[in-house]
Amino acid sequence: MDVVMLSRLQFAVATYFHFLFVPLTLGLVLLVAIMETQFVRTGDEEYKKMTKFWGKLFVINFALGVVTGITLEFQFGTNWSQYSKYVGDVFGSLLAIEATTSFFLESTFIGVWLFGWKKLSPKAHAACIWFVAIAANLSAYWILAANSWMQHPVGYVIRNSRAELTDFWAVLTQPYAIWMYLHVIAGAYILAGFFVMGISAYHILRGQNIPLFKRSFRMAAIFTVIFAVAEIGIGDIHGKEMMKVQPAKAAAAEAVWETTKGAPLYLFAIPDEENERNSVQIFGIPKLLSLVALGDANAEYKGLKEWPKEERPPVAITFWSFRLMVALGLFFAGVSIVAVLKRNKPETSPRLLKLLVFCIPLPYIAAGLGWTVTEVGRQPWIVYGVMKTADAASNLAVSQVGLSLTAFIVVYAALGVVCFWLIAKYARAIPEPASAPGGADFSSAHVVAADK
Amino acid sequence: MLETVWFLLWGILWAVYFMLGGFDLGLGILSPYVARSDTDKRIVYNTMGPFWDGNEVWLITAGGVTFAAFPTTYAVMFSALYTPLLLLLFALILRAAALEFRSKVEGKSWRKTWDVVLFLGSFVPALLFGVAFANIFQGIPIDADGNFHGNLLTLLNPYGLLGGVLFVLLFAVHGGLWLAVKAEGDLSVRAGRVAGQLWMVLLIVAVAFLAASWFATNLYGNYIAYPWLWLVPLVTVVALVTTRLFMLKAAWWKAWFASCLTIVGATLFGVVGLYPNLFPSSLNPAYSLTAFNSSSSPLTLKIMLVVALIFVPIVIAYQTWSHFLFRDKVTSEDLASDEAY
Ligand code: HDD
Ligand code: HEM
Ligand code: HEM
Repeated sequence: MDVVMLSRLQFAVATYFHFLFVPLTLGLVLLVAIMETQFVRTGDEEYKKMTKFWGKLFVINFALGVVTGITLEFQFGTNWSQYSKYVGDVFGSLLAIEATTSFFLESTFIGVWLFGWKKLSPKAHAACIWFVAIAANLSAYWILAANSWMQHPVGYVIRNSRAELTDFWAVLTQPYAIWMYLHVIAGAYILAGFFVMGISAYHILRGQNIPLFKRSFRMAAIFTVIFAVAEIGIGDIHGKEMMKVQPAKAAAAEAVWETTKGAPLYLFAIPDEENERNSVQIFGIPKLLSLVALGDANAEYKGLKEWPKEERPPVAITFWSFRLMVALGLFFAGVSIVAVLKRNKPETSPRLLKLLVFCIPLPYIAAGLGWTVTEVGRQPWIVYGVMKTADAASNLAVSQVGLSLTAFIVVYAALGVVCFWLIAKYARAIPEPASAPGGADFSSAHVVAADK
Repeated sequence: MLETVWFLLWGILWAVYFMLGGFDLGLGILSPYVARSDTDKRIVYNTMGPFWDGNEVWLITAGGVTFAAFPTTYAVMFSALYTPLLLLLFALILRAAALEFRSKVEGKSWRKTWDVVLFLGSFVPALLFGVAFANIFQGIPIDADGNFHGNLLTLLNPYGLLGGVLFVLLFAVHGGLWLAVKAEGDLSVRAGRVAGQLWMVLLIVAVAFLAASWFATNLYGNYIAYPWLWLVPLVTVVALVTTRLFMLKAAWWKAWFASCLTIVGATLFGVVGLYPNLFPSSLNPAYSLTAFNSSSSPLTLKIMLVVALIFVPIVIAYQTWSHFLFRDKVTSEDLASDEAY
């Protein structure tokens, strides 16, 4: 393997791993903030218990989100130095501004929130978690604007043999970035919603502290259904944007080889890249693809053969990732509609509860697949139409990158196991019922968890 | 002009990171020597609890600003220093995991393991930051295209290592003072005592480093050309001595502030000496990356300046507020809270 390939693998390992923690941070912080606000408004101790229980899981997850982000920030320089030189003028500022406007806010107030329970008034304390929530959701915009720029560069000229910024506003407000943001954020909220529903379902099934978990369930079900249903519409528009800015990716995502008018949508296909065709394609729905992607049932859909072979992305990976993500998205919408209908009496539907426990990992998979469509589908470009991935890497020795890649895999695997084990441990802990005498503290859950 | 402003801001960001990150790295280094019981250890962890993440963002910002303001330097510096930088990042990652995970599980071997991780995760970055900066002062073997001609051992030369030791000592004293401020009783006394002993060593190493810089680097060029700049090293040396004077009076807060000034001064001493170079080449001065030949376009620098002028003061305000909020000593009562590390 050459340095470019190893660097790509390393980048993939580092980003996928980062994105195991990011969506839960984005969504759960919002739910925790809502819970604490309810506590402040109503004075109901039960909400405080909820805040503490879910807050603990949030914090464990948050820590790994933070540390895995740092390596990403530096990796553009370490592994993609040609890229950094060429586009740093546009791209670097987004990362720097993200840190100044969001990361400081996020990390300072999470510290205050965590350690400040006794030092701040309840209102001020709740305000802190809102700062964290806003900062996290803001930080995502900067980085996604940066990624969008790689998908569809705007607001720049090539000058002094590099890309130089001419219109910052255009970079920040291009429609592709806005739709990507909404899509990723909604996906993150779905993930967090399923996380809370799944863990609540686990406790309800076992009859542990039912009032607290029913209330959490109810809140999460309403939260999830909104975004799961919206995601279908957002995803559809995002797909239309993709069609506009990266038709080659769109063709790969649908495995369409020949340019066709009124293209049908195949539910199942096996792309054969050697022979530039699909060896199998079944369940075609006439004209649906042109309708969905282009808004007109008879419109012309460009096929992959429009591009020379070396400018096409890997078709099978892109196609399957896209299919599975969309299928999961539809599934989430369905499940969350059922969940919201049962929100007041979830204990009467044990089958639904069991299903929800098993659903916890699925949004993680959907998000990973989504990034695969976006990133693999962009190949062979690193900045679409401007710079090829093959030209972007640093001049490093294969042994250096091989070693660091190995280190990433080993260290991240170990940390991932520990982190998810801890989350599972604290997720299984049973918070004391709110009615217990003197029940102001949550420390009993510590004890229960520690005994296991 | 804009380039010079950003060069200065770049230096200040690193200085602030070393000042803030320095005390938590230093605490991690000292922890095995001063914290004896599990309670001691937990107090050490909790004195950095609300702060370490906010401190680390200064590093992220310093990195991000290098990328945004001087993309060519970012690209060449980070790829030339590939191996040490990744070592440093892994150390920081594991260290954060230690902070967050250690107290979440009872059990001796679990906690012991993370204590070792905290030590290594603090010592290795402190050393490598020193090694990296000393080598930058000295010049790095890069060619006209920014390709690095050397390996990890090239960087571990005597002057580089001296820089590493200097940083470890600066941070260890700084962390010891922080613990003296924040802990109670025996632990506080021990921390103050260790800081005092290390200060002696620090003094010797600092003098050696200043002398070695005369021979190994061109840092003094700017000072000779503009004598008023000597103010920077002068203030630094005065701050270093003042640190000791306050320690002798057991005025720990004041000593800690003096130590802050020492670290900022030491960093700025190097940065000012370096100007306008960001990443000098030891092969040929013409290959050096400077604030002028590696910077972003004026538009990008302007946009970033506006953002920095608005947000950095806000950041400083709320971080100061958070320090004020948690100004009290960490007591065993704080450890009883279910949120404590
Ligand atoms: C959609 C959201 C999203 C995406 C695509 C990324 N991140 Fe991220 N990142 C976050 C959303 C986020 C976050 C939710 O804001 C995190 C997670 C935990 C946290 O503290 O903030 C975060 C943390 C985080 C941190 C640590 C911040 C701190 O110490 O507080 C850094 C340096 C980065 N990220 C950098 C990156 C880079 C360079 C990325 C691209 C390659 C990237 N992130 C992708
Ligand atoms: C967190 C979610 C993300 C995931 C899971 C992800 C995933 C990936 C994957 C799998 C690759 C390798 C693709 C291939 O080589 O075929 C890749 C490459 C890359 N991505 Fe992303 N990515 C994410 C976010 C981002 C963001 C936000 C940026 C920029 C701001 C970015 C920039 C890059 C770069 C520079 C490469 C290397 C060049 C390449 O191989 O295309 N990625 N990413
Ligand atoms: C319901 C139907 C869905 C549709 C129609 C849809 C559509 C799309 C499209 C077209 C892209 C690629 C955009 C591009 O590369 O230009 C994409 C990417 C992505 N999807 Fe989905 N999606 C759906 C559901 C989901 C769900 C449920 C999740 C997560 C839980 C998710 C997470 C992502 C992520 C993280 C990306 C990569 C970032 C981006 O380009 O926005 N998607 N999606």
